[in-house]
Amino acid sequence: MQGSSLLSLAIWVPIVAGFAVLTTGSDRHAGVARIMALTGAILGLLVTLPLYTGFDPNVRGFQFVQLKPWIEVFNVNYHLGIDGISLLLILLNSFTTVLVVIAGWQVIQERVAQYMAAFLFLSGFMNGVFAALDGLLFYVFFEATLIPMFVIIGMWGGPKRVYAALKFFLYTLLGSLLALIALIYLYNVSGGSFSLLDWYQVPLPLHAQILIFLALFAAFAVKVPMWPVHTWLPDAHVEAPTGGSVVLAAIMLKLGGYGFLRLSLPIAPDASQHLAGFVIALSLVAVVYIGLVALVQSDMKKLIAYSSISHMGFVTLGIFIFNAHGIEGAVIQMVSHGFISGAMFLCVGVLYDRLHSRQIADYGGVVNRMPVFATLFMLFAMANSGLPGTSGFVGEFLVVLGAVKVNFWYAFAAATTLVFGAAYTLWMYKRVIFGAVANEHVAHLRDINLREFLVLGLLAIAVLWMGIYPAPFAEVLHASVDDLINHVAQSKIPSP
Amino acid sequence: MEYIQPLWPAFPELFLLLSVCVILIADLFVRDENRVVTYGLTQGALAACIFLTWAWATREPVYTFSGMFVDDLMSDVLKLFVCLSVMVVLAYSRPYIAARGLFRGEFFALLLFATLGMMVMISANHLLVLYLGLELMMLSLYSIVALQRDSATATEAAMKYFVLGALASGMLLYGMSMIYGATGTLEITELAQLIAEGTVNWPVLIFGLVFIVAGLGFELGVVPFHMWVPDVYQGAPGAVALFVSSVPKVAGFALIIRLLGQALGAEQLSVEWQQMLVVMAVLSLVIGNVTAIVQTNLKRMLAYSTISHMGFVLLGALAGDENGYSAAMFYVIVYVLTNLGAFGMMLLLSRSGFEAENLEDFKGLNQRSPWYAFIMLLIMFSMVGIPPTVGFYAKLAVLQSLLTAGYLGVAVVAVVFSVVGAFYYLRIVKLMYFDAPEDTAPLAPAADVKVLMSLNGAAVLIFGIMPQPLMALCLYSIQASL
Repeated sequence: MQGSSLLSLAIWVPIVAGFAVLTTGSDRHAGVARIMALTGAILGLLVTLPLYTGFDPNVRGFQFVQLKPWIEVFNVNYHLGIDGISLLLILLNSFTTVLVVIAGWQVIQERVAQYMAAFLFLSGFMNGVFAALDGLLFYVFFEATLIPMFVIIGMWGGPKRVYAALKFFLYTLLGSLLALIALIYLYNVSGGSFSLLDWYQVPLPLHAQILIFLALFAAFAVKVPMWPVHTWLPDAHVEAPTGGSVVLAAIMLKLGGYGFLRLSLPIAPDASQHLAGFVIALSLVAVVYIGLVALVQSDMKKLIAYSSISHMGFVTLGIFIFNAHGIEGAVIQMVSHGFISGAMFLCVGVLYDRLHSRQIADYGGVVNRMPVFATLFMLFAMANSGLPGTSGFVGEFLVVLGAVKVNFWYAFAAATTLVFGAAYTLWMYKRVIFGAVANEHVAHLRDINLREFLVLGLLAIAVLWMGIYPAPFAEVLHASVDDLINHVAQSKIPSP
Repeated sequence: MEYIQPLWPAFPELFLLLSVCVILIADLFVRDENRVVTYGLTQGALAACIFLTWAWATREPVYTFSGMFVDDLMSDVLKLFVCLSVMVVLAYSRPYIAARGLFRGEFFALLLFATLGMMVMISANHLLVLYLGLELMMLSLYSIVALQRDSATATEAAMKYFVLGALASGMLLYGMSMIYGATGTLEITELAQLIAEGTVNWPVLIFGLVFIVAGLGFELGVVPFHMWVPDVYQGAPGAVALFVSSVPKVAGFALIIRLLGQALGAEQLSVEWQQMLVVMAVLSLVIGNVTAIVQTNLKRMLAYSTISHMGFVLLGALAGDENGYSAAMFYVIVYVLTNLGAFGMMLLLSRSGFEAENLEDFKGLNQRSPWYAFIMLLIMFSMVGIPPTVGFYAKLAVLQSLLTAGYLGVAVVAVVFSVVGAFYYLRIVKLMYFDAPEDTAPLAPAADVKVLMSLNGAAVLIFGIMPQPLMALCLYSIQASL
């Protein structure tokens, strides 16, 4: 029983810590709020570690299962459990929360307690999404994440923050409410059950599967975000505070990819196969077209935002080619993108905190003043362009490998990102970091302090570790991904 | 039928009637500075009413007064909730009305008479009793809206309310007379039986049904009978708007159950009123949500939001089965809970000589008081229907009953307009959290308001995390009463 409450701890420790931080009240006790938040975040990370050490990679199905009745009227259960896919994402989430709390240590000076609490709530809710095995529980956590994120963007964001926050909220709400209808439909056809495991087994005719798939697609495609419903993301990223951008890119986007893996594919396998071409086409548009869009950005945050969309295109591509390389690559790409995009946004945040500009044109020759920062930024830029030896390479390589088996031209189109990705990232890096000191402001830059070094250093270790020795990440995935692929291969259309 | 009828099923109503009379007389002897005595007596009467309802609660329906009056589980639950809500209304209103010279005996007497009317409606098993309760409630509401005699807007609102309300009552009564003509009875259980047997004059019955539904639509304030809602909310003093907007909706729900669910609930007939309900519900969602966006006055905005919420209640009733009615009941209770919070917050921000009734008045509330801003945030997200607030489960239950009844298209419309509705609720969150305060007067609410408001906010969250008890209560009470 001890093992089975671990997931609950992973969810509720950050949330309770969030409430505790809120009680510190006004900014007079900001220092206390920061320390409490950091303690909460670290505790949140520590309780997830036994999940990894206690996880048995050979077991098929879900581990650390916890099942309690919750809303009996609707037969909803508090049903938690994880497989390899969710395990990695929970770890990534808890790890990122610690970094975000540290990253906001000095930058946030107003309403510190609320800022920290919002991130802790967010962390708990997202762990809930990754751990939920009950459709309604999944949805509750999925939607609940909107509230703290809305507040984070709107309160600590840039000049157009209100517009960005509303756009973010309404865009994602519409998608998820359509998904809610699909969930209720599934509840009705499965004879009154919200359990995902029951939904995996319930036979569905193709037309019903397609409708369910499309409704879920509305929710998850907006979250990923896929072209053409991606337009909320650049706005949200540009206006959000650094911490918000990091969590948004590193974790929240993964809710979409995770949703495809956990719900869309196993519940509507035939529809997934049927519509795979459509999804792959959208993914390739994202990879190629959005990659080109990123090339012309003059705002660093916007550039990274578009690069995120392009990289997430890889994830959806990998998922919908339905082979082990593709799906494993997609999950690894999700985790690696979590590290890299988080690091990239933090790097931009470091510059922004000093110069209060995100425009590439305002920089130049930063390396002369900030050599340590330039080195770390270099590593992340390389990882973002998918250099072998960094985590960015592993996922993209696996996805391309998987795509070749299906269709050479998919792989060819996807591989162009290695060119475009390198082009927009390194070109930005060159303009910002290299060259002569561009102006007076740059000349007065100070290099990163210990706190910033700690955050970026940890991420650098993660990026290199995953790039050089990805086995610990990959091995927990095999059984889960095999399971998923077998499941998708079986038709759920009832035989007449 | 027995000749000696038990009196106990009507104990709460009888007690309340007696208390109002006592309070009316006692108030004559109370000086203005001791008016708080009347307030205490009123709260006491309501608390006693809650106790009586609780103590004589019954699982099986019990009929009395020759079958005109019924006490069943649903009526007990609704009455408990009505009395409790009126107590909260009184507590929220006390500082507000005291500052505006409305702290008078009439206010309390009218409030209690309206409550009595609602309780009679809730327990009616006869169309005339239903009408009697409705009229008692409506007449009290008209006068309570006009209580601020020297305010032109309040008088205008009362006038509008009265004229339209009288028309609607007339329609309802006309519909009832048609039904009497078609069936020869006014007793609800007998009506249901006769209609199920099919020995009725069908065209006359349908004709009567149309008038009944129109009267019902007015009482709930759904499109196209919604014109009075924004004007009355805006014109009435804040405390009265708080009352008018919340508790009578519970009685409106009882009206749906007694009329549509029980009297006219036979399958061949429900098809007829379901068509009308679909149109009214969808129009309410569209017009309520879209019009609310352009409002700058908080009371008007909440009025249009009420219209859209009532549309959702109708959607629940649409399914016409236990599932649907319990969803509607849950929705109404949740609506009242959140609405009390929203209007209560408006009263809390008001002070002597200042009405916080514009959206702008919520600017920067987070910096003035993070706690109240957080409560309001929960209330607003509950109105949007975002988990983990209780509003989500209300929407979920209604959508579930709609899908079970096969109204997929209607469910999609409801969902799309919920997103439209999200915009104006979020605007309040935006004003509270993202903007700087313009009004920096300190907020110093009375201790009881402080506690109640915190409980109200906590209820929105706690019922959101643990919705099971409330949902189960609604389902069982509907099952036991239908």
